[in-house]
Amino acid sequence: MTRIYDIAVIGGGIMGCACALRVAEGGMLPIVLDQGDLGQGASGVNAGTLSLQIKRVRLMPYALKGHHEWARMGNAVGFHKTGGYTLAFTEHEAELLYERQRLKAEAGAPISFVSAQTLRKAEPGLTQKVVAASYCPEDGYANSSLTGQYYRRRLQDQSISYHERCPVTAVDHDSNGFTLATPIGPVRARRLLLAAGAWLRPVAALLGVDLPVRARVNTVSVTGRMPPLVSTVIGHATGLLTMKQKANGTVLVGGGWQGRGTPQAGRGQVTAETVVPNLALAQYALPGLGNARVLRSWTGFEANVPDFYPLAGALPGVENAFVLGCVRGGYTIGPYIGRLMGDFILSREPELPLFDPARNFDEEAT
Amino acid sequence: MMLQTDIAVIGAGPAGANAALAAARQGFSVMLLDEQPLPGGQVWRAKSTAILDAPATPEGDAGDRLRQSVKRSSVTYAGDARVWQIEPVEGAWQLHMLKGGRTAPLRARALVIATGAREFVQPVPGWTTPGVLGLAGATALFKQELALPGKRIIVSGTGPLVFYVAAEIRRLGGEVAAVVTPNSQGDWLRVLPAMLPRPDLLMRGARWIADLMASGVPIHWRHAVTRVEGGSRVRGVGFRKLAPDWSPIGTSQGLEGDSLCLGNGLIPAVEAAQLAGVALAYHPELGGWVPRHDEDGATDVPGVFICGDSAGIRGAAAAEIHGRLAGLCAAQHLGADTRKERKQLRPIHARAARFGTTMTALSIPRAGLAQLTTEETVICRCESLTRSAIAAEIAGGARSSNAVKSGLRAGMGACGGKFCQTTVARMIAAADGRAEADVPPPTPRPPLRPVPVSVLAGDFEYSDLPIPKPAPL
Ligand SMILES: Cc1cc2nc3c(=O)[nH]c(=O)nc-3n(C[C@H](O)[C@H](O)[C@H](O)COP(=O)(O)OP(=O)(O)OC[C@H]3O[C@@H](n4cnc5c(N)ncnc54)[C@H](O)[C@@H]3O)c2cc1C
Ligand SMILES: Cc1cc2nc3c(=O)[nH]c(=O)nc-3n(C[C@H](O)[C@H](O)[C@H](O)COP(=O)(O)OP(=O)(O)OC[C@H]3O[C@@H](n4cnc5c(N)ncnc54)[C@H](O)[C@@H]3O)c2cc1C
Repeated sequence: MTRIYDIAVIGGGIMGCACALRVAEGGMLPIVLDQGDLGQGASGVNAGTLSLQIKRVRLMPYALKGHHEWARMGNAVGFHKTGGYTLAFTEHEAELLYERQRLKAEAGAPISFVSAQTLRKAEPGLTQKVVAASYCPEDGYANSSLTGQYYRRRLQDQSISYHERCPVTAVDHDSNGFTLATPIGPVRARRLLLAAGAWLRPVAALLGVDLPVRARVNTVSVTGRMPPLVSTVIGHATGLLTMKQKANGTVLVGGGWQGRGTPQAGRGQVTAETVVPNLALAQYALPGLGNARVLRSWTGFEANVPDFYPLAGALPGVENAFVLGCVRGGYTIGPYIGRLMGDFILSREPELPLFDPARNFDEEAT
Repeated sequence: MMLQTDIAVIGAGPAGANAALAAARQGFSVMLLDEQPLPGGQVWRAKSTAILDAPATPEGDAGDRLRQSVKRSSVTYAGDARVWQIEPVEGAWQLHMLKGGRTAPLRARALVIATGAREFVQPVPGWTTPGVLGLAGATALFKQELALPGKRIIVSGTGPLVFYVAAEIRRLGGEVAAVVTPNSQGDWLRVLPAMLPRPDLLMRGARWIADLMASGVPIHWRHAVTRVEGGSRVRGVGFRKLAPDWSPIGTSQGLEGDSLCLGNGLIPAVEAAQLAGVALAYHPELGGWVPRHDEDGATDVPGVFICGDSAGIRGAAAAEIHGRLAGLCAAQHLGADTRKERKQLRPIHARAARFGTTMTALSIPRAGLAQLTTEETVICRCESLTRSAIAAEIAGGARSSNAVKSGLRAGMGACGGKFCQTTVARMIAAADGRAEADVPPPTPRPPLRPVPVSVLAGDFEYSDLPIPKPAPL
């Protein structure tokens, strides 16, 4: 059992899995290790919104490519291209909407502004109190609960080794590569990809590298089945609401309202203080939602660095080690940026540039 | 203005109500919450107002005594109050409850959790047919409404509850088609010595069985109902002899009836404790996963105490004393000295618990009973998932409760996994050759009970919403 893998991937979220698939395509032998189950971190509990309207301007080309990946994965991930509206309820929000969506449209997203009349016709269930709205036909959603199932199958189909409930607790490296301490014994690999999501900081620390990774604790809620209320993905000018009704009638409400907890201590907790206004905002946008029963609210950890751009490239100071994570809208962009990262590891020129983890992380003004 | 109390008790069954009384006697302000209108819990559930003049029963009398004690004490009782969220706030506990169509917060310095149990039913083909209800669920119907599920009722399941239900059906004028129980007469004889300290309960049980036999109701010992017949309504059942490990052997026999009470023991309702951050431990002899606690009900989380069936199935008698212990423990946490009283109570509790866990042992399904669930049997009622669908997901690599839930939605429906979770976890353990202790239930999440969005939102103006600053562009 002294097999030496070409690359060990720490973290079986969407980033780690997408990259493992790409390097395997390129002829490498990867192994994926996750401390829990595949796709039960952020990648399995997120709101599943695939919306260009809430992507960062600089990430738009990646999100556009990402949308094509999702369309290809289709049914297996519960993909639905529904189009989406983003709403403003005050003059101030309308200004924000105009300013932001115009920049996103310039960056390539097919976003247009729509009249109240058009909106009412398309989504009669929405409140009449909309001051301004934008539309993007590319928007839609996928079912993040299926991330684990989907990637497990893809890895199995490609005969890629993966181990679940297998935390990496120490990493040694010498000129031959890396030796990882795990519950299944030492795992050896020539290269290493850190794709540990919100846990990137402690994992990088195993190699003596300090990555300034922080975690946000995002909240999502789901209701019981409802008659048709809304057919597109609904957002809010500030990004603080995402909402969609699934084919089975349940409504998923997100928007990045903050719960409590840290990635080191369990799965995080919902707090009434934030989930209540999150749901109130959803009901304000879609009054018919008032009758729906909330079945479950949960949280997940979304990683970021101070400039809110991805970490995607070589891990500073450790040869043959790489890092991929902290991608805002990382569910949407994950399958695509995972491929780019794979190409980089295969020493190929990625189609779009990556994001050097050795950069200076000055906080960007918003 | 936020409601405040020293100690909040969730659940007003024998455990929670006694915890509240004991803590209040120490001089603390205590708020006792239950989603039922009146205290009493499952075993001493109060009659609905429509049937108040119905004849008295031992359960009803004990319940009335408890309700009187609560009324006369300084305990503040909040009925029809559903606790949907529990969170730590500034060194205290904040509960959120649904009451009178609104949600209200309550802040407490200590928390006693006494949320009781729920029933386990090993799914058999047809168990979701209208006319099938839980054994324990049936007792709720009797106590609250004096109603019967049908005219000719088949009563099937484990432990003492099966005989209690059969006796109650006859008392209320119904016909018991037969009693079918996986326990053998030998199982019962073996526990007799453990029952001797409670001659009252022993006599009562013996009377139930004697009465059934005298009136010619067939009792099929060491048998189980293996299928339910009838599409839109129960017409009858098939039942089979069981091996000592309770796997079905022998040919199927038939029974006619218009309804079926079916249950295989109780499972602690641990979700509230989990939300409060209490870790679980696996104790099959106590019904499965139970919140970690010491003998007085103190948990690893400071200020959180647990008692009664939600701390492990030990029965109603033990629940009363366990409740007192936990209430005193909560009082100790807030500064009272209750060591002496607790020391006196411990042996009494231990005795009652011995009796209770003996009954639990009779009720816990043995491994072979899982075979009653055939490939095509629905396991997850909310999503209509069969055993074969769940088995395929597990074979595909989903090796945790969370993974099966994510991939298939088993447990994502309105019931929150209460019906299917135990069966699914056992399937994962069996498929993977792991111990059941290695397959914990899914992550607990609020709300503990479904809550309408409009109730959470309440009345608000748009400008009231604390909308944070938008994400960077
Ligand atoms: C609640 C929420 C809602 C969101 N909504 C959206 C949305 O609507 N649209 C969108 O595009 N994006 C959304 N996101 C963002 C998106 O989910 C994430 O950017 C993306 O899933 C991150 O993927 P990842 O693989 O980097 O991290 P994760 O999926 O968290 O994967 C990291 C993995 O590393 C494993 N790991 C950690 N430490 C170790 C160790 N020591 N050893 C082994 N394994 C380890 C973890 O178990 C985990 O599985 C949301 C995020 C959250 C939390
Ligand atoms: C349906 C059912 C029927 C039973 N019938 C009998 C019987 O007839 N005889 C017998 O000996 N044993 C019976 N049992 C076993 C019985 O549970 C115990 O013997 C005894 O009642 C345990 O007492 P307890 O106080 O621990 O829990 P319980 O009596 O179950 O009390 C728990 C209380 O907590 C409340 N509660 C739970 N969650 C919440 C929440 N989130 N918000 C507000 N309130 C909440 C419930 O409404 C309930 O009143 C039954 C069990 C069940 C599940």
